[in-house]
Amino acid sequence: MNVSQKFEQFNDSNFGIYVHWPFCESKCPYCDFNSFANYGSIDQADILAGYIQEILHLRSLTGPKSVSSIFIGGGTPSLMLPPVLDSLLRAIQQSWHVESWAEITLEANPSNVELGRFKAYRSVGINRLSLGVQALRDFDLQALGRLHTARQALVCIDITAKIFPNFSLDLIYARPNQTLDDWRCELSQVLSLGGQHLSLYQLIIQEGTLFANKRLAGELHILEPELANDMYALTQQMTTNAGLKGYEISNHAVPGLESQHNLLYWRCGEYAGIGPGAHGRIISNGYRIAILNEYLPEKWLAKINESGNALIEFAKLSKEEQADELIIMGLRTVEGLNLERLARIASLIPMQKKVTELVEQDFLEYAQDFKVLRVKEQGRFIVNKLILELASSLEPV
Amino acid sequence: MTERSYIRNFSIIAHIDHGKSTLADRLIQFCGNVKDREMRQQLLDSMELDIERGITIKAQTVRLNYKHRDGRTYQINLMDTPGHVDFAYEVSRSLAACEGSLLVVDASQGVEAQTLANVYQALDYNHEIIPVLNKIDLPAADEARVKTQIEDVIGIDASASIPVSAKTGVNIQYVLEAIVERLPAPHGNKEKPLKAVLIDSWYDSYLGVVVLVRVFDGVLKKGQKIKLMQTGSAHSVESVGIFRPKKEIVKELGPGEVGFFTAAIKEVADTRVGDTVTDDKNPTETPLEGFKPVQPVVFCGLFPVDANDFEDLRSAMAKLRLNDASFSFEMETSVALGFGFRCGFLGLLHLEIITERLDREFNLDLIATAPSVVYHIYVNNGQMREMHNPADMPDPTLIGHIEEPWIEAAIFVPDEYLGGVLKLCQDRRGRQKELTYTGTRAMIVYELPLNEVVFDFYDRLKSISRGYASFDYQLIGYEQNDLVKMSVLVNAEPVDALSMIVHRSRSELRGRMLCEKLKELIPQHLFKIPIQAAIGGRIIARETISALRKDVLAKCYGGDVSRKRKLLEKQKAGKKKMRQFGKVEIPHEAFIQALKMQD
Repeated sequence: MNVSQKFEQFNDSNFGIYVHWPFCESKCPYCDFNSFANYGSIDQADILAGYIQEILHLRSLTGPKSVSSIFIGGGTPSLMLPPVLDSLLRAIQQSWHVESWAEITLEANPSNVELGRFKAYRSVGINRLSLGVQALRDFDLQALGRLHTARQALVCIDITAKIFPNFSLDLIYARPNQTLDDWRCELSQVLSLGGQHLSLYQLIIQEGTLFANKRLAGELHILEPELANDMYALTQQMTTNAGLKGYEISNHAVPGLESQHNLLYWRCGEYAGIGPGAHGRIISNGYRIAILNEYLPEKWLAKINESGNALIEFAKLSKEEQADELIIMGLRTVEGLNLERLARIASLIPMQKKVTELVEQDFLEYAQDFKVLRVKEQGRFIVNKLILELASSLEPV
Repeated sequence: MTERSYIRNFSIIAHIDHGKSTLADRLIQFCGNVKDREMRQQLLDSMELDIERGITIKAQTVRLNYKHRDGRTYQINLMDTPGHVDFAYEVSRSLAACEGSLLVVDASQGVEAQTLANVYQALDYNHEIIPVLNKIDLPAADEARVKTQIEDVIGIDASASIPVSAKTGVNIQYVLEAIVERLPAPHGNKEKPLKAVLIDSWYDSYLGVVVLVRVFDGVLKKGQKIKLMQTGSAHSVESVGIFRPKKEIVKELGPGEVGFFTAAIKEVADTRVGDTVTDDKNPTETPLEGFKPVQPVVFCGLFPVDANDFEDLRSAMAKLRLNDASFSFEMETSVALGFGFRCGFLGLLHLEIITERLDREFNLDLIATAPSVVYHIYVNNGQMREMHNPADMPDPTLIGHIEEPWIEAAIFVPDEYLGGVLKLCQDRRGRQKELTYTGTRAMIVYELPLNEVVFDFYDRLKSISRGYASFDYQLIGYEQNDLVKMSVLVNAEPVDALSMIVHRSRSELRGRMLCEKLKELIPQHLFKIPIQAAIGGRIIARETISALRKDVLAKCYGGDVSRKRKLLEKQKAGKKKMRQFGKVEIPHEAFIQALKMQD
């Protein structure tokens, strides 16, 4: 199946499930995800019981559905015991119909790889692994707070390739003190490993992280925007040459092997979120609803035990909010923002004058007979600004 | 009506925070006017802003009945006066209506600049002054030092000053005794035609305009037809009353008494502070002297952030003016900001109070342009025009010369900050007139151009002195100077709301600072933006805002979209409040922020 077939296959009825495993062996200094280290020995059975309760609750909200993708993220979900994962996937299958072709991804860290465990994950139904490699330089791995070495990462990739039909590698670049040549060298090494999907993220300092404090204290210097942009351009060039097409700001894949689950997010599809701090977008009674779970694992569990769910947000999205999300997500992908869909869902459309201006400035282009707006190469560096420009010029259809 | 010899009228002179309102509360409480359960702080400050800022904006009065140790009960009228220079005229009217003053000085702080100006005014009205040293409960209180300071700086005898603590109530009865024993009873003759001074007036939605008066001669009573001598209008008195501080209706007010009347007067603007109230049929032959209409000194443009709020702004301003005739407004249009109003104020505090009330009480989001003073423009044929708005500046070839208003400023400052304050005054084209010391505090008197003061002089003074300097000023007249209009161009488009009048010698510095500040305040766009300051066609300063190079999130998945959307909503709201100049968007707060200089 090639990309365009998948695009056609996509429709608003696709449905994905995200499961959040919030525990890690240690907290990385750049990470602002809902993750917790030093939890001692958590009882995985308790967490599983919570998941199962939530699945039942979500099923009552969504009604019967066909699941096209499942993504188990974190945190470090490769800390999950295979039988727990097995029960989790079974619970999902008992509530919804999971398509035979569904993409089922697990995130894993190279620091906790065991051949046996990976084989077990595969046998309970995981068909795609997303490996948090982050770097292939020991010095940088240490600086990023990772518990593995470059050597371990390479071994892990080797094992993964043997077990999983499909896998992805995560890397972080534009790291402090990194040069363009450093990155060129490291990326060629990554590309030589034969992966068919890469998520290549520039280091961003998020508020509330250890790195943010270090930066405030003047101990951490992020790269000049010009250099970071040059690295980005180099990344596009090298991945394209290697046959991995950029299909989102930071994601590259051999055509046909794009992450189905992540595409669901970027296309503003429907997905349920399970686990502490998980977000979801579900259709209920004809409305698009944003849902969010309690963040702290113990509170999350207590709430579920008390009332059968741990929702802290259940908000009907307005037309404008839906338009905003379509623009935020759409402009990040090479598919672009589908204007027809935007008009159909939100009854709003960006002002023609604004669009023309941005097209003339060479940041945006039309595609598919003016039905789609796409960000051009030089617009990708400033996509947030383009999102703001379009979202603040919305007018009724 | 109380016999004249049993009446005492006094006001309280104090610097902000020296405890005037607390002392007033104690005096009221001591005389039993309010039950303890009704007691709240700052009884006399009725506006929310009064209480919050610790200043009194409108004059207030309260009548107390005090039983003296001689066995007689005295009627004591307390007049609370505005404590700020912007309201100096109101202060002078209130003082004119009393025979004496309490000079309240914080015993832990000492005399401040505003106090000084008001004491001198009180002395001009032949007031008997009773010095009261407040806050003696504080460990830092130093009675002896402050007494010496009062004698040195103000030049009045402080030997009989009364140490009190308004907070704890210590020695309050001695204050009341001193008022009875040391202040003279009012003069006046109840047989003569009515003669009363209009101290203040305000709008009450039930009663119409309420007029506060002090009677000198004759009697004011219900049903009487009175005349306001300056405006010439006549009205029938509908009610006569006093404040305790609650309103209480009385039969009449006689010589020496203070109270209010209502007379179906529709607008506060019809009643002028300082006017003489007399009997319409039997008028006094000698109206009170010294009436002068108040003139706005500082002007600025106020524009609604959302153009749809224009009508709301107009009606809000009209409502505020009902109670504050010294505030003026007329419609203005700006290329940059659209429809708004050019507003006149008594001073900077007045400006701030009005804009804050518009924001709080009427929930209006406003763009305020740079405050401007009133310039006198002499055109070539010798005629003089007043200019309130730099945008109205005629072509320079048509101008003979320009005059600007100057002030005399008195500043009190601890000597460790003196150097910084002198530099500030010097940088602002000031001329030093006086520099004296009392203890470790310096008093400096400077002549300064008002246009150097209106922007941020007070803020700078406070920050240089870490809040310890106090400042007071009065207008002293107009002076010819080499003044030019500086315009600002953003992306080659002139932004009228940012143009200003500056002294030529200061123009390059101002221009450079303004451009630098705008560079910080205007967000990066998708293209580069030149910012220029110009005098006529000549560019005197230039900065460039580079094009936005990078603004992208590395990750945006299912868990990130809510956060990103909420951020986007904020950005969209911020963008709505920006003003578009050609292709450039300028945040509305930039218009006032850009003018704050860092000397």
